[in-house]
This record gives sequence, structure tokens and C-alpha cells, in this order.
Amino acid sequence: MSADNRETILQASGLVMQFGGLRAVNNFDLTLKKGDLAGLIGPNGAGKTTVFNMITGVYPPTAGKIDFGDQEITGVEPFRINQMGIARTFQNIRLFPTLTVLDNVRIAYHPHAGYSLVDGILHNKKFQVKERELTERAQEFLSVFNLQDRQGEIASSLPYGEQRRLEIARALAAEPRLLLLDEPAAGMNPNESVALMDLIHFIRDRFKLTILLIEHQMRVVMGICEHITVMDFGEVIARGNPTEIQANTRVVEAYLGPGAAALSEKFRRKK
Amino acid sequence: MFKKIDRNKLVFFGGLIGFFLVIQVLQLMGIVTSFLSTILSMGTVLAIVSLGLNLIYGFNGQFSLGQWGFYAIGAYSAADITYRWSNNQDTSALMVLLFSVVLVGGAIMILYRTLSRLRGLDALSAFVVYLLATFGFVFLAVKIGGALTPAMNAVLGALPTWLSFTIVYILAVLIAGLVAAEISFLFGLPVLTLGSDYFGIATLGFSIIVKVLLDNSDTLLGFEEMKGARGMIGIPKVDDWGWFAVFAFFMLVVVVTRNLLHSSFGRAIISVREDEIAAKAMGIDVGFYKTLTFVIGSLFAGLAGGLYAHVNAFLHPDTFNFIRSFDPLIVVVLGGLGSMTGTIFASYAYLLVVEWLLRQILPPGFENWRFVVFPVILLIMMLLKPNGLFGNFEMPFLRQLLPPLKKKPAAESAAAPQEAAQ
Repeated sequence: MSADNRETILQASGLVMQFGGLRAVNNFDLTLKKGDLAGLIGPNGAGKTTVFNMITGVYPPTAGKIDFGDQEITGVEPFRINQMGIARTFQNIRLFPTLTVLDNVRIAYHPHAGYSLVDGILHNKKFQVKERELTERAQEFLSVFNLQDRQGEIASSLPYGEQRRLEIARALAAEPRLLLLDEPAAGMNPNESVALMDLIHFIRDRFKLTILLIEHQMRVVMGICEHITVMDFGEVIARGNPTEIQANTRVVEAYLGPGAAALSEKFRRKK
Repeated sequence: MFKKIDRNKLVFFGGLIGFFLVIQVLQLMGIVTSFLSTILSMGTVLAIVSLGLNLIYGFNGQFSLGQWGFYAIGAYSAADITYRWSNNQDTSALMVLLFSVVLVGGAIMILYRTLSRLRGLDALSAFVVYLLATFGFVFLAVKIGGALTPAMNAVLGALPTWLSFTIVYILAVLIAGLVAAEISFLFGLPVLTLGSDYFGIATLGFSIIVKVLLDNSDTLLGFEEMKGARGMIGIPKVDDWGWFAVFAFFMLVVVVTRNLLHSSFGRAIISVREDEIAAKAMGIDVGFYKTLTFVIGSLFAGLAGGLYAHVNAFLHPDTFNFIRSFDPLIVVVLGGLGSMTGTIFASYAYLLVVEWLLRQILPPGFENWRFVVFPVILLIMMLLKPNGLFGNFEMPFLRQLLPPLKKKPAAESAAAPQEAAQ
């Protein structure tokens, strides 16, 4: 893409992840500029979630380097990475299932609570002020996601789409600069996907975020991502904007098998 | 003018103090015999241990069988302090333990801050650092405490007997809790990295170690007055106001637990139980909160031990057998995991049923059958109500209230009209 002078927010270079004899990710590079809305796609088992896990510190990479802003975050513990400003959602929703919707968001806000353990045990003035602030803040997040009326409900009792929204709300409550979404549209019907796309655009603008998402629904990826990276068998096979990716032979072959590109070309010409 | 007092708070504390006063009056009238009031004291002590365990197991999700070991440590350290004072007018145990607790506690806090900044330090090397620091400071404490003992003897000796004993007793109980807490920190450091079930086995091992050490406390550890497997006698019994002290500590523990759980730190503790991976991804330092909960839970166990020693005035290693470490576990599960109300009621219920009710019901000569009858009751209970007696129920004061929804004007929801489509 053309050079722009926006600040680089995430720079991953030469990432390798080796699980025993399996090289799940090989020589992965990625650069995200501030305000990007980027997609990471690839067939099942291509190593997309492993890349997420490396960025968020769940697995320290076997080799390579990740820089977030001007700090190196390779091998830093997950909770520190979150506090530095990278939040994520999970492929299979991981809410705190038996807690209320409000508490789910309040937990994510914990690093910003602003009072000490002793204040918490004494329930003194400082605690009360800060706790009220924290709660109001959490309720604000819920109202942005239209979940404010559900604040007292148990998270696991919410319908699927709302659980997804809550997970995104919870990730945002940590006040991140970079948001990683792992298959946010999984299991959603077309209407819900459209609403989700609007939501993603909306939160990027409102919270001034950079977003990287993994998604299988091409409608979503092609619809919202400005920049797409395609992986197959742990390697990057293509990069570019949606139209470039759709025309890329290697991408089509990765998804549909060798020879498929020629077929699809024929099909397109016939149409 | 008068500050508005929260109604729930009033009812809760009123209820507790009322309960205390009623028991007091019944004692005076002779309806509550000394046997029953001992059971009540023991029930309160058990409630303190169980609240600690509930914090660890019910709220943080770590299955611990080691609480009985910390209870034993608390009991023996408090007993040793008061024993030496009341029998020999000697404060050496008090001074040495006091300095150990303060110095080691301070060292741990400072080390924790510095070590957590180091990147890539594995748990075992950190553990070695803490252990060396502990040994160093305990050695230092023995020296300082030993040097200051005569002065302290003189100071306390100048006070009236009841006052000096009260001071020694309160300090002994507090020190007992802190000793247990600090040992639990050192023990938990390498062990808390284990998954839940393995952690349970490791803590069970801890209980067994403590029991074996107590069996040989006179020979192996060199504390003559503990008399090893023969049992420690001569501990001053705090009779007249002992029940009050036990109850005051109990109320303190309830309030501390409740306040902790209702703060952001409590929510962080609970998030570890709910989903460790998600908690980590949300910026919660899982290792820290596991350690914190374990230390607070063990602090309560140590306090309870210190109180128990002066209720019973006789300590025997068999009381601290690892089999008994299932007592608080039974109480916590019976009352409902993650319910403070349940834990409090279940600890009284447990002792009243096992020690009093079943003794009354069973025909003479069959008293020991209560250990058959009670498990059967427990079995039926678990089949009928697997969530425990109280499930998730909490008393009004202990329950967390949902904060009222701020009336948000339409502007906010209009900013996100697209979600309304769903």
C-alpha cells in the first residue's frame, strides 16, 4: 500500500511458533498503523488464532519480535499486555459466566480502579468515590452497546448475539488502543452480521481504536476490512485490500484447492 | 446531625449483637450449658476457618486442604506465647514471633514489589529468594527479640495481671494469624502455579507435614512445652470473656471478607474462578490474586487457631490430623460454595448436629454412630440440594446490591442506533 505517515501501532516481525514438531506459524510479519481496520483470514488451521495468542502473550513466540507502539512486548505476561493497551475477544466466547453483565465489564475495568487493597477492605471515602466512578463508567460502556437494561442478568443467560456484544464491551472497558477480535461473527445470521459490521465501524470511530479481526464470513471481512492478510499453513500467502485479495490466485487455491483458481476464472468469464 | 445508617447494615450488626446477647443471657440463666457454649465458641472458630476456605475455594476456585495445617500453626504459636507468659512470666515467644512476623512481612512486601518488576524470573528462583530472606529475618528476629525480652518482661510485669494477660492474648491471636499467613505465602508461591486438583493434593501434603512436626514438636522442633504427641497442656483458658473475643474476631472477619468481595479486588478474585484465561486477557494478574486469596484465607485460619487454643486450653496433634481438614470443606460445601451466609450457618449447624443433636438422639452407648449418621445426612443433602443449603443466597448486608441505573437520556442510545436493529 502507499506509504502514509500515520503512527505504527503494532509491528510483528519474523514470528515463529513451534509446537513440538509442528510449525504453527512461520515467519509472520504484520504492521498495523493507528486507526487501521485490518483482517486476518485463512482456512482452518492456518495459524490465525496462534498469531493472536502470540500478540496477547498467551504463547511466547519461539522466534521473532513484537513491538506495540514503542515498547517491545515479546514474552510479556498477558495481563501486562492488556494493561499496556491490547484487548481481545475469544473465538469461543469467554465471558465470566456466572457473574452479572455489569460485573463482567467492571472486572475488565479493574486495572483502572484507582484505589488500593486497603481502601477496598476499609470501604473508606476514597473507595466509595472511585467505586461509584467505576460503576458509572461500566454502565456507560453497557449503554453504548445497548446492554444497560441487562446489567443485572447473569452473563451466560444472555442470547448469543448479546454475549458477543458483551464480550466486545468488556474488551473495550480495559481502555485498549488495539482491539483483536477473534471471529466476532461466528454463529451469527446475516442480519446480525450486518449489525456487527456497523458496530465495529462505530467503536473504531468512537474509541479511536485500531482493530485487527479474524473472520471466516467473507461478507464481513470484505465488507469492513481495509487491509487483509491471508495465511495458509502458518505462512502469509497474500496481503492487500479486499479487491486484490479476491483476485489473488493463491488465496482462492488455499481455500478451494489447487486448480480452483482456473475454474473460478472460467466461471467468472462465463457469467 | 445523625448520619443516615444503612438499613441492611443495621439489621445485620443488630442481628449479630442480638445473637451474642441472647446467648449471653441464656448462659446466665443456665439454659445454655457450658457444654453448649463451648460448642458455640467452636462453631464460631470453625466459621472463621471456613470463611477463609470459602474465599479460597468458593470465590477463587482453588481447592485447598491445607487450611487445617494453618489452623494448627496458628493454634500452637498462640498457645506457646500465652503459655510462656502465664506460666513463666516470659515474653520470649511473644517478642521473637512479633519481630519475625513484622520483619518477614515487611521483607515479603518489599521483595514482592521488586521481584514482580523483573521479567522472566521463574517461580522457583523467586521462591528461593523469599525463603533465604525469611530465614535471614527470622534469625535476626530471634536475636532482637531475645535482647528485648527482659525489658518487655519488666514492662508487662508492672501492669495488672488481667491487663497484661489481655494484651498478650490479643497479640498472640493476631501473631498466630500473621504467622499462618506468611507461611502460606511461602508455601503457596511454588504450589499455586499448579492446577486446581494438584494444588489440593499439595496442600493436603502440607497438612500432613504440620501434623508430623507437631507430633515431634518437643524433640524435633525443640519446644519442650508443646510436649509432642502427648498434647500441650497448661494453656491459659480464656473463660469469662473468651466467647466475646471469639465473637469479636468473627465479626471482624465477616466484615473484612464482605468488604473485600464487594470491591474491585473481590471481583478480580472471583474472575479467576470464572475463567482464568479470560481474566488474564482482561488485565487481571491471576498469580497475584491466587496468592492474595490464599494468604488471606490462611490468615483467617491462623486467627481461628489462636482463638481455638484458648477456648479449649488443650492442644493435641490428633486434633490437627489431616482427616479433620475436611471439616471446613464439608462446612463450605454444605453451606454453599461462594455463599458467606451459608458458611456461617453451616459451621454452627455442623457442630450442633454432630456434637449436640446426635448425642441427644442416639441411644446411650451409640454416640460414635454420629459419624455414620452425619455422613448419611450429608449424602442426602448433596443429592437433594447440590448447591448447598443456601446456594447463592446472601443475607442483605452481605449481598451485593445492583447499582441503580443512571437515567441516560436518549442521546446516548441514539448514538448507537445500529444495535437496535438486533
